[in-house]
Amino acid sequence: MTRSRFLPLALLAAAVVLVQLIASAADKSQYLTQLTMAGYYSLPILGLTLLMGYAGQISIGHAGFFAIGGYVSGFLTTYNLAECSGHGWVRAAAGFGLLSAGQDAYGSPSLVVGAWPACSAALLVAAGVAYVIGKPVLRLKGHFLAMATLGFGTIVYRWVLGSSLLGAADGISDIPAFRLAPGLVVSGKAAVRVSNYYLAWGLVLVTLLLLGNLVRSRVGRALRAIHGAEEAATASGVDTQDTKLKMFVLSAVLAALGGVFLTHYNGGIGPSEASIMKSVRMVAIVAIGGMANLWGALIMGVLLNFLSLRGSFGSYDDAVFGGILLLIMLFSPQGLLRADLAERLVRLIPRREKGQPT
Amino acid sequence: MSLLSVQGLCKSFGGLRAVDDVGFEVAGGAIKAVIGPNGAGKTTLFNLIFGSSVPDGGSVTFAGAHLSTGRPQRQVAAGMGRTFQQIRLFPQMTAIENVMVGAHTRGRAGFLASLLPLPRTRREERFLRDEALAALRFLGIDGLAGSEATQLAYGEQRAVELARALASKPRLLLLDEPAAGLNMRETVELGKLIRRIRESGVTVLLVEHDMGLVMGISDEIVVLCQGQKIAEGEPLAIQKNAEVVRAYLGDEDA
Repeated sequence: MTRSRFLPLALLAAAVVLVQLIASAADKSQYLTQLTMAGYYSLPILGLTLLMGYAGQISIGHAGFFAIGGYVSGFLTTYNLAECSGHGWVRAAAGFGLLSAGQDAYGSPSLVVGAWPACSAALLVAAGVAYVIGKPVLRLKGHFLAMATLGFGTIVYRWVLGSSLLGAADGISDIPAFRLAPGLVVSGKAAVRVSNYYLAWGLVLVTLLLLGNLVRSRVGRALRAIHGAEEAATASGVDTQDTKLKMFVLSAVLAALGGVFLTHYNGGIGPSEASIMKSVRMVAIVAIGGMANLWGALIMGVLLNFLSLRGSFGSYDDAVFGGILLLIMLFSPQGLLRADLAERLVRLIPRREKGQPT
Repeated sequence: MSLLSVQGLCKSFGGLRAVDDVGFEVAGGAIKAVIGPNGAGKTTLFNLIFGSSVPDGGSVTFAGAHLSTGRPQRQVAAGMGRTFQQIRLFPQMTAIENVMVGAHTRGRAGFLASLLPLPRTRREERFLRDEALAALRFLGIDGLAGSEATQLAYGEQRAVELARALASKPRLLLLDEPAAGLNMRETVELGKLIRRIRESGVTVLLVEHDMGLVMGISDEIVVLCQGQKIAEGEPLAIQKNAEVVRAYLGDEDA
């Protein structure tokens, strides 16, 4: 049983290496940049797959958590504390090694929060917000929950768009690279393109492995039970509110993690990352991937985000994702990449033959 | 010493008094039945005892402890299990997975332990699987462990639901019309099964319409009519009780 679980992960790892080798050999390494970004966009999608597909709780506000991650980390690593370095709390933060001193673009001294503490703070803020929002909101069901999360997403979007501290419509730029470890920097510079590609996909693989564990666990069964028959889950002793809330927080943290890494990779973040269409896009990808299907969501997410990032959809980008959602709901609510996909394709053939006049 | 003590339970829906000052005791190791015409308040009473519905008044004491209402998962942890009048299995899950959810309160792995395959988590997972398999075997349906639960035949689904309730190792099992939809042969088998469940040390409280089953297996019977308890006693006494006969058959002779 375990062998069959690790085989797809090993195949994915092999494919990741193969793509890098081919892209580098063919001198098309700019593809790796878009695949790196698509990898980071996969993290919120994988979390949302568990929340929506397994636990049955929809969220049309997950871009909000992605943006919270990116903005908190981006803001903390760019906001210059040099002028208030006399303050007790700034000195205390420096004493704990949380700050990083340097020079800004004009050569004046700068004092900002270090990347590690900023990243941790971003994840904690996302988790805290998810907890506070999720506690009342997850008592709602179906379209009430959809509308409430939509409201949350709208608030985050209008807030980052309106806040001059966060750069309003321009967002935050010149966000420093994130020095993870010696020799490993989250940055979009061409020199570290390959290592960043592996970093992004390493994160995706680890996330897949961990979420795969979760699905097959006591908690995973509880999530599916809540989805299938909530009252019976309660009658089996599952604390449904608590389980839903923790799943919501976990998915929000994953979304924020993607936001943090993509923001440092791009060196900036703008309000469009928080837009409702970004949340709708995540929901569309989870749906087309087959709802309760981590691999389906990953494959469709990488494919569609890659095409979108390459500009294949032109100015119809959002329309494509809206269209996908519409078509999937109409014709294949189970998603495109279903377990019985091959079976269904085979069934299509004789049907067409029967339909032909003899 | 009674295992379950129900005192003065009341519940109204709008102007309707669904359960009106109902009280009774269930002795440990007993099989007790609640009967009554349709709309007598039997299922409402069950929901109050199980804690999935909050009473307007009265109290439920289980194993000497006063039960908090509105949090059924606490009742399960305290040793209560239940089945539903309409089968509520988890779709897209196998029979054994359904029963493993039933054993939920006997495991501890939370989100963190479930994300990481710690040795402790794996041991617990094996334990839950073994316990679920034992429950399926007790009902003689361990051969169905890997089948998708909602695709099984009706009687088999009933059995899976029963196994799910037993997997929590309850001290008290609440059965809400377990014979509904079963044929005569299956009902006889169910009666034997409920006796076996009692012999394994589980106290049983059931709501049931099938009089043959109720009279055959119950130690004591509570009769509800329009939310009120009109009689309580041994099966023979209940059968002869004039008020019960009137409630069921109207004013004609029995």
